[in-house]
Amino acid sequence: MTINFRDETFRDDFTFRNSPEAIKRFPFPFHEDSYMYSVNMEPHKSYRPGSVYERTFDVDEHYVSEMKDRAKVLAEDPLRCQSLPHMTLAGWDLLELIMVSKAEEYPDLFELHRDGNKWHWINKPLGIDQKFVFLDEATLPYGPMEYITRQTQGDFAVLDQRDDNLWMDAGMVTTQADWSLDFDIGMNFFEWHAPVPKAHEMGIFVRALKFLLNVRQGAPARRLNWTMTVNPLLDTSPENYHKWGVMKQDLTMENMGEKMHLRVELQTFFRLPRSNALVFPIRCYLIKLGELVTEPKWGRRLHRVLRDLPEELATYKGFISNRPKIVEWLSKYDDGKPTSPGIWPD
Amino acid sequence: MSAGTDKIAVTVTNVVPVNELVTRFRFARTDGGLMPTFSGGAHTVVEMKDGATMRLNPYSLMSDPADRTAYTISVRRDDQGRGGSLFMHRNVKPGLEMVISNPVNLFPLDLRAKKHLMIAGGIGITPFIAQIKQLAASNGNFELHYSVRTASLASYADELSTAHPTRVHIYHDDKKQVIDLENLLDGQPLGTHLYVCGPKGMIKWVRGTAEGLGWPREAVHDEEFLAPPSGKPFEVKLAVSNKVIQVGEHQSLLEAIEAAGVDAPYLCRGGACGQCETDVIGYDGKFLHNDHWLTEEQHASGKKIMPCVSRFEGKTLVLDR
Ligand code: HEM
Ligand code: FES
Repeated sequence: MTINFRDETFRDDFTFRNSPEAIKRFPFPFHEDSYMYSVNMEPHKSYRPGSVYERTFDVDEHYVSEMKDRAKVLAEDPLRCQSLPHMTLAGWDLLELIMVSKAEEYPDLFELHRDGNKWHWINKPLGIDQKFVFLDEATLPYGPMEYITRQTQGDFAVLDQRDDNLWMDAGMVTTQADWSLDFDIGMNFFEWHAPVPKAHEMGIFVRALKFLLNVRQGAPARRLNWTMTVNPLLDTSPENYHKWGVMKQDLTMENMGEKMHLRVELQTFFRLPRSNALVFPIRCYLIKLGELVTEPKWGRRLHRVLRDLPEELATYKGFISNRPKIVEWLSKYDDGKPTSPGIWPD
Repeated sequence: MSAGTDKIAVTVTNVVPVNELVTRFRFARTDGGLMPTFSGGAHTVVEMKDGATMRLNPYSLMSDPADRTAYTISVRRDDQGRGGSLFMHRNVKPGLEMVISNPVNLFPLDLRAKKHLMIAGGIGITPFIAQIKQLAASNGNFELHYSVRTASLASYADELSTAHPTRVHIYHDDKKQVIDLENLLDGQPLGTHLYVCGPKGMIKWVRGTAEGLGWPREAVHDEEFLAPPSGKPFEVKLAVSNKVIQVGEHQSLLEAIEAAGVDAPYLCRGGACGQCETDVIGYDGKFLHNDHWLTEEQHASGKKIMPCVSRFEGKTLVLDR
């Protein structure tokens, strides 16, 4: 398998786009014509070759450019990556998990050679060749979590598990849908979810936490979340709201297909072996509405979902003021025909 | 119950009597591969094919967590128990192929602790052995107080004392040696975490004393060993598909439904997501609800069951499936 890594930007001139193959494998999140929060977790098992669910950590055509964008965000704001002192071991666990799975699942892109604690990591797409001693921080240019997540798409929250709760005690967060690691660091599961509407009353978080506390080694889980983003911005952080918030006003019927994006997060959960911590990778996939409607089923369905989405959710997700325009634009792609069950294109 | 289990096929490579009551077992992967790394305090669930019955017992891992060549456990013979430990002592010999679960840790170290204070009673020593190996490798600060019946039943006391002479303290019941708990807890530096594993009475005593001295609840940890819920076989009628199925002792209701070729929805298989919620059409017997999804009222109503984790005991159960 070869991936043609695109040279593109997620800021300034916004040259990001999806190839036809990338559109086909986009993780469309709606399995029916309406949406409400639910405890939507399932085992993270490999299925549908070619889909984003095939590999433990999906690598796609945006990999190299996403990593360049992450490096820029970190250069401007080092607090996007933090790890409390007791989380270093979890960082090594994460480094091992990612290196081992990428080397196994993408042997032509990544290699890992291990001789006891003497490790040799080769990342061909990013041109990295690193020899280091596993569990010896002095032998890497960054801490273990920062080192490996500078080379892996998606944000990472690393949760310490204690007192029957999860604590956000480490993370790498540069591609987030409007939340801040620096604000949430040290918080527990209920504290960092406090801003979410409706889900608390629905009992979703109590159940979700019980499930997460029981995630076992070797049996990871996953779920999807989504929102809408104007321009292909990876970094929609509260820290930079002054830069991207205003862009929401630039939306017109003419530029809708190009500027408006459905943003889908593939969230996975893994128990880490040495630290007993839980890692929560949040992988962001963007698709332009113009790209999305090339699959007629998705165009029809997204129109119905956004049209009928409860007001609180559209407000929380930050597109309430643009909703009428988006729905009007999408209505051209909804002929009223029934849609088939499931998320895959017809 | 939890989000899924991956099992490991292993071969017993060593069986060593430690003393009159305790035997140590070593498991290596049958396919020659490496074991998953684990964290000190973790246990594995060992499946035992004891004639027609299948037993599943959890045992703490006591090998070095960093050693991936094999796992070791120590089993104390319990002549009154459900039979698992007797099976291990009598039937498990080198060369036997068995199935164990991936490690699960319900007794992890709190890695924020400045010092780890460990109190062990009897066979409760085993999780601490792995934790001590983990801590010793990273220069961690720990202190073990280990209470045993007699010197001859003091599993691993000599090895531990030799390896860590200043950190390990042994107390012999037959010599009337008792841990001076109040003084011990009183003299601990700020940021100490307390861990206890042993008989129920000991856990109660340590928790109670610590609470009385004002220790924060989050700084006191005990091993709550939940044996997997024992499940008697039961029969179910699936009304929609018009089938009568048997649910085996170590099979979930959901697995039995699937085994009968009936499509049933699920996501988490851990009683949390609600996907597998099934309507009960009729029953005569008692539900054993193990899920986190249904409310207490729903559990009491007899109208719903979560087949991924819950079971039934009684004459008839008819489901809308
Ligand atoms: C331990 C893993 C998890 C982490 C670190 C995490 C983190 C977050 C964060 C930081 C937010 C944004 C809150 C804000 O507005 O500041 C969020 C939103 C949310 N989370 Fe989680 N979460 C986790 C697991 C889950 C699970 C298992 C569920 C299951 C249902 C869930 C459901 C939600 C929902 C529904 C929202 C609102 C999202 C939206 O409407 O866009 N989370 N989460
Ligand atoms: S499958 Fe999730 S509750 Fe049963």
